[in-house]
Amino acid sequence: MADGSTEFKRDLLAALPSLRAFAVSLIGQQDKADDLVQDTIMKAWAKQESFEMGTNIKAWLFTILRNEFYSQMRKRGREVQDSEGTFTNQLAVHPAQYGALDLQDFRKALDQLPPDQREAIILIGASGFAYEEAAEICGCAVGTIKSRVSRARARLQELLGVSGESDYGPDATSAPTTTRSFA
Amino acid sequence: MTEKSNLRPRAGRGGSTEDRSSHRDELGANSELGSKLRALYTSIQEETIPDRFLDLLEKLDQAERSNPDPSSQ
Repeated sequence: MADGSTEFKRDLLAALPSLRAFAVSLIGQQDKADDLVQDTIMKAWAKQESFEMGTNIKAWLFTILRNEFYSQMRKRGREVQDSEGTFTNQLAVHPAQYGALDLQDFRKALDQLPPDQREAIILIGASGFAYEEAAEICGCAVGTIKSRVSRARARLQELLGVSGESDYGPDATSAPTTTRSFA
Repeated sequence: MTEKSNLRPRAGRGGSTEDRSSHRDELGANSELGSKLRALYTSIQEETIPDRFLDLLEKLDQAERSNPDPSSQ
C-alpha cells in the first residue's frame, strides 16, 4: 500500500505541470486555477484506489479537474467565467519569453469562448490528447469534441483575424484570387 | 461519474495515427492558432510548481502513513 501510494504520488507530481497548464488556460485567473488544482489533488488523493495503475493518470486527473470546475461553476453562478479584465493582470505575472503581447491577445480571445469550446481546443490543441481521450475526459461523444474544436477554431480566427491554416499560406482575402489564377 | 470510466492506457505519446494527423491539420505546426495556443500552454507548464502543492502532497502522504486507511479520511 505504501509503495502504491508512493508511485501514485510520483505520477501525480509528474502530471502536475500539465494539469496546472490546463487549469490556468481554462480559467484564465491563476489564483482560481491554483485553487482548482488544489481541490483536484485532494479529490484525486482521496480516490486514488479507484485509479488503475498503468492507465493514463493525466487523463484521469484532467477528468477530475474538469468535473470539479463545472461543479464549482454551477455553485458560484457565472463568477468563474467572469474573468474579463483580470487575466490582463494575471498575465503580467508570467510574461512569456516571446510574444507576450501576442499571447495576451490570444488569451483574451480564448477567454471569450464558451467553456466547452475552450476546453476542447485546449485538450486537443495543447494538452496532446486524442479526440477519443478528450471525449472521455469531457464525458461526451467524439463528434461533439470535433465540432467544439472546429467552432472554437473558427471563433478564434474571427476574433484574432488570423488564418487557421498556415502562417505562410495565402490569407483569406488573397486565397480566392490565388486559387482562381491557378484554375 | 465519468472519472471512473476506464481511460485506455497509452504508450508514450499515445493516440492513434489518424487522430494525430487530423488534429495536426487543424491546429498543428503550420497553424498560427495552434502555435499560439501551445505557446500559452507551454509558458504555464514550464512554470515552477508552486510550493503549496508540494506541501499539500507531503501532508496527504504523511496523513496516510499515520492512518493507513484512506477511506476513513
